[in-house]
Amino acid sequence: MSTGTAVAKRVTRRHDEGAGRLAAILVSPTMAVLGLVVLYPIIAALYTSLYQKNNGVNPKTGIVEQGDKFVGLQNYTAIFSGDTASTFWTAFGNTSFFTVVNVVIETAVGVAMALVMHRAFRGRGVVRASILVPWAIPTAVSALLWRWIFQPQGAANALFNSQVLWTADGTPAKVAVIIADTWKTAPFIGLLVLAGLQTIPNEVYEAAKVDGATGWTQLFRITLPLAKPALLVAVLFRILDTLRIFDLPYVLVGPHKDSVNTLSMLAFDEANNIRYGPAAAYSTVLFIYVAVVAFLFVKILGADVIGAARSQRKAAPKRNRAAGKPEAVAA
Amino acid sequence: MGGRQFTRIGVVLLTVGMLAACGNSGGGGGGGSKSSSDAFTGRGPITLATGKDTSGNLQNQVNAWNKAHPSEKARIIELPEDADSQRQQMVQNAQTKSDAYTVLNLDVINTAEFAGNQWVLPIPKGKIDTSGFLPPALATATYFGKEYAVPWKTDGALLYYRSDLLKKAGISSPPKTWSEMQSDCTKVLKQPGTKGMSCYAGQFDKYEGLTCNFSEAVNSAGGEVINAQGKPDVDTPAAKKGLDFLVNGFKSGSIPKAAITYQEEPSRRAFQTNKLVFMRNWPYADALMKKEAASKVKGKFDVAPIPGLDGPGVSTLGGHNLAISAFAKNKASALDFVKYLTTQDAERKNLLATSEAPTIASLYDDQALVKKFPYLPILKQSVTKAKPRPQAVQYGDVTAAIEENAYDALQGKKTSDQALKDLQAKLQTLIK
Repeated sequence: MSTGTAVAKRVTRRHDEGAGRLAAILVSPTMAVLGLVVLYPIIAALYTSLYQKNNGVNPKTGIVEQGDKFVGLQNYTAIFSGDTASTFWTAFGNTSFFTVVNVVIETAVGVAMALVMHRAFRGRGVVRASILVPWAIPTAVSALLWRWIFQPQGAANALFNSQVLWTADGTPAKVAVIIADTWKTAPFIGLLVLAGLQTIPNEVYEAAKVDGATGWTQLFRITLPLAKPALLVAVLFRILDTLRIFDLPYVLVGPHKDSVNTLSMLAFDEANNIRYGPAAAYSTVLFIYVAVVAFLFVKILGADVIGAARSQRKAAPKRNRAAGKPEAVAA
Repeated sequence: MGGRQFTRIGVVLLTVGMLAACGNSGGGGGGGSKSSSDAFTGRGPITLATGKDTSGNLQNQVNAWNKAHPSEKARIIELPEDADSQRQQMVQNAQTKSDAYTVLNLDVINTAEFAGNQWVLPIPKGKIDTSGFLPPALATATYFGKEYAVPWKTDGALLYYRSDLLKKAGISSPPKTWSEMQSDCTKVLKQPGTKGMSCYAGQFDKYEGLTCNFSEAVNSAGGEVINAQGKPDVDTPAAKKGLDFLVNGFKSGSIPKAAITYQEEPSRRAFQTNKLVFMRNWPYADALMKKEAASKVKGKFDVAPIPGLDGPGVSTLGGHNLAISAFAKNKASALDFVKYLTTQDAERKNLLATSEAPTIASLYDDQALVKKFPYLPILKQSVTKAKPRPQAVQYGDVTAAIEENAYDALQGKKTSDQALKDLQAKLQTLIK
């Protein structure tokens, strides 16, 4: 008997060790791919951001010097000094402005869309499909369409009977970008929230009805709290996306226009002029900004991005508290 | 140096990075690569990297070449349609030292960048007869006294005007100066049926077209952006008069407010839908406004040289040149191919097929051609007097500075004095 248990134990242990090793082997291709496509470019960008291309021109032949020189943090300090500083802060302000305003509007519209799509009515399939059309169109293409609409003699001015110059540098350009971005990405939020809504069991609503809850009470006490995990993930994705907004303002309004210049556009501009060091520095600054925002968002609102990992951790009861109150909802 | 190169390219093109690093270390590194490839040797298949071949005529020309040179076949590589993406692709090709592109169809503004970085090689002296080319077109292919490319197509600005309306107002000839244009316009707009029309528009959106229009205004007023010594000299009373022509046009309304968003096509649409009396545009607009169904000005417009402050204006020079990549194989074939595309006969055929302006001077006086393209003599005047845009390795920064300050002045964010002062200061840091 006793030998039997010992053998069983040993077998179990060996099985565990084997499973760990097997897991490592099975995961390693993924890790290698991630290392190659995520880790390597990040390190390469950091490395590049410490260099500058030699740009001296030989006064006799006009030939440009070859090679690069190590400049330390000079590419970073250059961003925050001189007249590039004001360009940077304008772009930083625009990026943040678009992120806040666009995401708030898109969330409101997206949730409304989800509520409509969730209802059972005739032609629901058609409505769902048509709401998703804007999301399916490539951004550069939709930006061109909107550029057409926002021409001086375009549809927007005809509709409002106005003479606004939407694509000239100024506040209207900002509004144009917000409208086009909302049109394009509200369906994304709508789709994710719809998925969240479909997980809410009907019994909850029936119970609420029995208790005499009104429609608004149901929306704010049942629907939104229960759809919150899905909503938070959608909002987080949109925030990360909008922080790197590039193609829409670039195509719709155009480059170098202060009112819609964003951080990605600055990085692109540097790279386009073959200054990869400064371009990498801009990208790194943007990367840090995005990382900080994402971290704060997850920390403060507890977006359940890595739900699976969280539920595993829940097995260890002490860990649970650290995650804070949204845990209840995530459950 | 090889490792450094590796990282930089890795950021741009992860997958090609490895190959490029190998290529670089194999070539001996750094600037040494040019000396080995200076000789135009090697025969075999070649490629031509170019924008879209809209008419299909280029393919015809290539087919004819291939028939005559079966062992040195050329292949067209079509790049994206807009000029910026074309440049980007060619730059990337050069940075990876790829031999994919043999002959480059370079926009005139990119000569300095490609020559300065030694991405294209100087055309060997005496290999191509340059005497027949229009001198300004040849100048755009020249960098520090060496010809790095062969002029292929050129472009100059024209003044399109509503000949029907001018006639009605009793004006016999198109205006030669800005003030004549203004007074002609005032007379025209007094006529019935001209409600909602504005006097004049060019291309004033914040893009390369604004650099062309701004330089044109400055040069037409006797000013300069870059002087004969190659130094920036834009903070002058003459340059101010040029910029003020545009600024005051916007202020008085003779240039419509919407023109601040105009690129070539929107301005053409405005003109052909009876919104403008005068328009500055390139020759391409002529054929379209005569053909297009949406055009309401068929047979009602004509072209003239652009006006200036005290007489005819000075156009900005556009166009494309053919250059040979430093990293390509079969350069001897490439040189013959470039020669073939820039002969009088080839350019004549190209003009007939595409209405793109040739770089061979004698074609402008060819009576058969003038019959088909009545604007040719006027275009010749425009092109022979035209001034090229600044030749700078960092042209992207130069044009961005011009656009920035001109746009601010047109929008009224800066006075024209301040804009020119700021521009001068910025250009001095860019062009030394």
